[in-house]
Amino acid sequence: MTSSRVPVPNPLGILLELTHRCPLHCPYCSNPLELDKRSAEIDTATVLRVLDEAAELGILHVHLSGGEPTARRDIVEITAKCASTGLYSNLITSGVGPAAALLPALADAGLDHVQLSLQGTTPVSADKVSGLKGSHEAKMKFAAEVDRLGLSLTVNAVIHRGNIGEVEGFIEKAIELGARRLEIAHTQYYGWAYKNRAALMPARPEVERSIRIVEAARERLSGKLVIDMVVPDYYALRPKACAGGWGRKFMNVSPNGRVLPCHAAESIPGLEFWHVQDHSLGDIWQNSPAFNAYRGTAWMPEPCQSCERKELDWGGCRCQALALLGDASLTDPACGKSPFHSRIEALAASEAAETAPPDYIYRGPGQTVAAREHEDVLP
Amino acid sequence: MSDLTASDVPRLPRGVRLHFDKVRQAHVLLAPERAFNIGDTAVMTLKLVDGSRTIASIAATLAAQFNADPTVVERDVIAMLGELKGKRVVET
Repeated sequence: MTSSRVPVPNPLGILLELTHRCPLHCPYCSNPLELDKRSAEIDTATVLRVLDEAAELGILHVHLSGGEPTARRDIVEITAKCASTGLYSNLITSGVGPAAALLPALADAGLDHVQLSLQGTTPVSADKVSGLKGSHEAKMKFAAEVDRLGLSLTVNAVIHRGNIGEVEGFIEKAIELGARRLEIAHTQYYGWAYKNRAALMPARPEVERSIRIVEAARERLSGKLVIDMVVPDYYALRPKACAGGWGRKFMNVSPNGRVLPCHAAESIPGLEFWHVQDHSLGDIWQNSPAFNAYRGTAWMPEPCQSCERKELDWGGCRCQALALLGDASLTDPACGKSPFHSRIEALAASEAAETAPPDYIYRGPGQTVAAREHEDVLP
Repeated sequence: MSDLTASDVPRLPRGVRLHFDKVRQAHVLLAPERAFNIGDTAVMTLKLVDGSRTIASIAATLAAQFNADPTVVERDVIAMLGELKGKRVVET
C-alpha cells in the first residue's frame, strides 16, 4: 500500500525536544502532562544520527528545545553537529540554569540563533508565572551574554490573562535586550495550558487591545524589530494551520525518540508513532501511520471538505478538535465555520469573566512539588 | 523600505546565512524561523556581500563578470538588497 503512494515533499523543519527537564514550571508549558524521565531520553549517538538524517532529508531549521535543552550535557556536541551538516540551529531556552555558562561554547560550536523565553517584564510578574524565584534576573544575565557574544536573538513571550497588560513592556524589553525578533504568542490551549485554561484565559477586549498594540509597534519599529504574533484561537475566526498542515513541513521528536507531527499529537488516542531508534527520519516522514493519519485533505469532514481555504488552514488543529469536541477528525472549532465555534467563544468569555480565577497548576512531575514552588514565589 | 545607495556597505547579520539545499538543488537564505528562496543572480550578489565591499563595488564586479551595463546592474543590486533589507536579512 505504501509503495503505490506518491511521495510527499520533504520536511523543512524539525523540533527536537531533547529533554523534558526544566528549571521552570510555567503553567502553559507545551510539554505533555506525562513528562518523559531523564533515563528514557535518547542518547547522544542517536541524536547525532537523527541530525545526519535530517540534513539528508533537506530539513533546513533545527529547533533545539525541551524542557530546557541546556540541561543535556551533550548540547554543545549536538549544536556542533548541526553546524557541520549545514542545519540552521535555533536554541529555544529559558536562559536559566547552565544556559548562560554554556553560551560561549555553543557560539563556538556554530549556534545560529537563540530564542529566549520571558514570562513577564519584571521579576515579580515573571517569577510568579515561571514558578521559580530569581528566574527573571537569570534571564536578563543570559540575554546580556547573548549580546556580548554577538549572537542573534529572538524573545518569546507567551501571553495570557496574567501578563496581557505587559505587551508594551515586552516590546520595550525586546529592544532593550537587542533582540531582532519578538514573538508575542497568545497561549495555545494544549497540555498544561489546557489544564490551566481557566486561570490563563484573557477577556476579548484585552486580546483586541494587545493585537492593536502589536500592529502599531510593527509599523513604528519596521526595519528594527520583527514582531510575529500568534493570535488566540478561542477568539479567532479562522483556525491556524497547525505546524503548517499535518505532515507537510514539520517533525517533532520527543525526548524518548517518538516522532510526532506536532508537539501535542500524543494527546490523540489511537495514533501509532514510530521511534527514531527503529526507523530513519525519512521512513517515518513518508510511512509512519501517525504522519499519514491527517495528511492532505482526504480525511477532512465538512465544512472543511468544501471550503476554499482547505489548503490554507488544513482543517486547523487536530489536538484542539480532540480536546474540545472529543474527536480529532472534526473541523477545529476555532474556525468560524465550525458548528461548535460559538460554544468555545462563550466558554472563553465566561472563564475570562471570572473575577477570582483559579491558582496556577504549575508544570512538574507532581502537584505537590508545584504547590511548594508556589509558596516560594508568593510569600 | 529600501533606502540603499551605491556607497552603502551591506552585510548579512549574525543569524542569517546562505545555504545550498542539496535535496532541492537550490540556494536559500536562512534566517530565524524563515528561509528565502534565492535566484542565481541574487546568489552571485550575496556571495560578494562581505561587510567590506560597497554596493558600487559589488555591482562593478558583477557587471564585469556579465559584461553588462554597470548602471543597470547597480540599480538591480540596490533593488534586490533593499528588498532583503526590508525583510531584515541584510543590514548596512
